Amino acid sequence: MSTTRRPLPVWADIVLLPLINIALAFIVVGIIVAIIGVNPVEALRLLVAGAVGSPDAIAYTLYYATNFIFTGLAVSVAFHAGLFNIGGEGQAYIGGLGCGLAILAFDRFLPAWLLIPVAIVAAALFGAAWAAVPAWLQAWHGSHIVITTIMFNFVASALMVYLLVNVLIAPGSMTPQSRPFAASAALPVLMGSTLNLSIALALACCIGVWVFLWHTSWGYALRTMGHSPSAAIYAGTNLKRMTMLAMCLSGALAGLVAVNELLGVQHRVLLDFQAGYGFAGIAVALMGRNHPLGVVLAALLFGALQQGGAELSFDLPGINREMVVVIQGLVILFSGALEHLPRPWLQTLLSRRA
Amino acid sequence: MMDEVLSIAFLMSAATLRVATPLILCAMGGLFSERSGIIDVGLEGKMLMAAFFAAATASATGSAWAGVGAGVIAAEALALLHGFACITHRGNQVVSGVALNILAAGLTVVLGNAWFKQGGLTPPLTANERLMPLAFPNAGDSILVYVALLSVPFTWWLVGRTRFGLRLRAVGELPLAVDAAGISVAGLRYRAVLLCGLLAGLAGAYIAIAQNAGFTRDMTAGQGFIALAALIFGKWRPFSAFGACLMFGLLDAIAIRLQGLKVPGIGEVPVQLFQALPYLLTMFLLAGFIGRAVAPKAIGVPYTKEH
Repeated sequence: MSTTRRPLPVWADIVLLPLINIALAFIVVGIIVAIIGVNPVEALRLLVAGAVGSPDAIAYTLYYATNFIFTGLAVSVAFHAGLFNIGGEGQAYIGGLGCGLAILAFDRFLPAWLLIPVAIVAAALFGAAWAAVPAWLQAWHGSHIVITTIMFNFVASALMVYLLVNVLIAPGSMTPQSRPFAASAALPVLMGSTLNLSIALALACCIGVWVFLWHTSWGYALRTMGHSPSAAIYAGTNLKRMTMLAMCLSGALAGLVAVNELLGVQHRVLLDFQAGYGFAGIAVALMGRNHPLGVVLAALLFGALQQGGAELSFDLPGINREMVVVIQGLVILFSGALEHLPRPWLQTLLSRRA
Repeated sequence: MMDEVLSIAFLMSAATLRVATPLILCAMGGLFSERSGIIDVGLEGKMLMAAFFAAATASATGSAWAGVGAGVIAAEALALLHGFACITHRGNQVVSGVALNILAAGLTVVLGNAWFKQGGLTPPLTANERLMPLAFPNAGDSILVYVALLSVPFTWWLVGRTRFGLRLRAVGELPLAVDAAGISVAGLRYRAVLLCGLLAGLAGAYIAIAQNAGFTRDMTAGQGFIALAALIFGKWRPFSAFGACLMFGLLDAIAIRLQGLKVPGIGEVPVQLFQALPYLLTMFLLAGFIGRAVAPKAIGVPYTKEH
């Protein structure tokens, strides 16, 4: 152990270290792209053009980013409470069930201005309920939330397949999906594409989460629990209730993915509409350092990758869309598990200069 | 009539064992890792990566054994990465496992697409490139099925009856004591993680080149998590985990058999219920509704050496 190493200055910790981690992830991505015989610089150029090269591309990027904001916020809120919610995938899926049930039940009677809020609330409530069970099991029965949320993803998937194949399926249909929603259940489209009003909801959620976590006493208690459960107890926080609150909020945010996907784009309940967004939320949260502003920036990047990656796979047959999944995995690895990898180098470097 | 019953019983147990084989291998692998204090939610990713490299190599070289070797090496590479993040850099073990799962899900398809141009599939394997049944052609008893069965007493012996096993368990309960005795905590944990990679690699190779004839995207389909559930259900003990694997395998075999069948009085049994049961049962167990599963004490806690 060298004695010259000092703790990093705050700016290095908040800005420089995360940037280095992301850069490392993208260097590895570049190596993988080169290994499969594609020029990384050319790939990057096509990707950027595909993501932001035209108004259409930008609209798609923002539409994907909307999903990432919801799941990224969901993971962040739980993280601040010291809970690792890996169940975003299942919570989003069940959120879709709530949203779909509300629409299928009411779309013949209610006007749009009432129907859509009801569906949004139903999506959030169902997502919250799906997160509440693992939270309850952890708070009162001591089972670990990581394991139970993982398992609940699979249970959600089995449940949705059963319901769509046997119950919700449109009469006479061969594909397991519900009947189309009435036109009154469609969210207004922006820029003439898949981008819809959900993005406003997502940004409102960001502000809401920011206000809640940093400007209310409950938010303060929640963060205290995340930093030090014993300090939270000393301050009079009921950890069980706080666990429930954090997880329900987290699940509700994940459930809102259904608003963007079902009310905004698909207009029916269908299989796997949430595929991958729940897990990607972990990458978004880690990259955004669990701050709503960071989550928005990370979600924009992942939205651009999702859209640019799709375009890239059209232009270069050697690369397919799963490249985006590889990038997500590497970002989680480098900004999550290997977060401290560059720290000693950086400490040595900065101490020498100081 | 008797013959028929016997033959159905034989086929059902063979089907159970076939489905349980990757679960058993994976659960034993996970047992080494978790008893040493390293959480492994990345079993799924290791298995998937191994399945891909096993199928790709078997297809390229024409040798099933080269495929098995490549599968094991691929899983070991991920195991080492997990060790590097969690043991050397004291990163979050769950985050690392999740990262490896996602990485494997993407990388197998990206590489498969680039190498074989079939949208992420490997070319179908011929009999020579696969591990074929040894004694009973209709039971699918490839050599890895027997390896899986042997891995259980082997794990029991290694963890429960050897000096290495004693140290391994100690490092998962109280690493400070192991360190104080002058034994390297990191060294023990790396060995545990490598054993885990070996067994998860065999499980993945089995899925791609024995159970199936090639790689398809996401072909492990959650079996790594079922194995993890079995490990927890078996309270981190080899024979109990083995029992849980067989039970989950049986549930799956029943589900496949009941598919589309109408049971008198009940109607069509939802197959999805059987698919969800392993997870539901494990959660009930974890919550203490049926017995109690107590994890190794130091699990998930990175070890920092004192000075």
